[in-house]
Amino acid sequence: MNPIGNLNKIFESRIRLGVMSVLMVNEEVNFNDLKQMLEVTDGNLASHLNTLEENGYLKVHKGFIGRKTNTTYAITAAGEKAFKGHIAALEHMIKFTK
Amino acid sequence: MTDQQHLEALTDIKRMMERSSRFISLSGLSGISAGICGLIGAFIANMWLNEYYFRWNTTGVHNHEDFIVLKYRLIVLGFSVLAAALIAGTFFTWRKARKNNLPIWDLTSRKVLINTAIPLAAGGAFIAGLLFNHLEGLIAPTCLVFYGLAIINASKYTLPDVRYLGICEVVLGILNLFYLNYGLYFWAIGFGLLHIIYGTLMWWKYERKGTV
Repeated sequence: MNPIGNLNKIFESRIRLGVMSVLMVNEEVNFNDLKQMLEVTDGNLASHLNTLEENGYLKVHKGFIGRKTNTTYAITAAGEKAFKGHIAALEHMIKFTK
Repeated sequence: MTDQQHLEALTDIKRMMERSSRFISLSGLSGISAGICGLIGAFIANMWLNEYYFRWNTTGVHNHEDFIVLKYRLIVLGFSVLAAALIAGTFFTWRKARKNNLPIWDLTSRKVLINTAIPLAAGGAFIAGLLFNHLEGLIAPTCLVFYGLAIINASKYTLPDVRYLGICEVVLGILNLFYLNYGLYFWAIGFGLLHIIYGTLMWWKYERKGTV
């Protein structure tokens, strides 16, 4: 099997990789916390989150705290699988080119 | 992508996972300052208790009013010690976070706070119940046990070493139950001495070199 084929194009962006890393270890994270963790702007983060959602890697939950919207994100089973595959591919490549 | 980039990606992943799951800015100095507050509090309480027993011994009769006054003074003292310990503790942790360029109020610090607050609130309500039923002797062990459980609970979201402090507090609280007359001493060891020892060890382990 070609390990490069396992590298996921979607995770080539550092921000998307960051989002997935945070969501792997946290059940549910809201937009503002993600923004603070990753140190990105609203628009930038939103577009990356969209890509991840479109690929079925994220579950989005729109809720309210009082009158303010509170959107939270969680990883899906497909997202977890894809992310683990990506990490394995990265590790594999490092091991074999050493 | 080159090899270097793969390695960077893996490092990034690891860093983000750690940074988003644990609050690492908790300073050892916070523990030490909280411990000093605890010891000062215990010292004042000891003074008041001695005064109370001295008066009881010299007059030979138990004055119920004295007891009520003592009780309220001790409750106020307890809250003051808690407030002082929190303020001092927050200050040193805020300082460490700032030096390391990390936010003090984020996902992880909130988790630490919520997970400490839940068992502590239960403990607070439990102690209110003890006071209501005039079971004052049980307050010190109850404080220790609930506080210990609270920080064991929070240890999942901060420096894992906090867990051992929590276990010591719980053990001390349970021991106290078998020596109820020494409540204040157990309290002073648990909230004073243990915090100072823990804080010193943590400072030594994580902060001695360089980063505050």
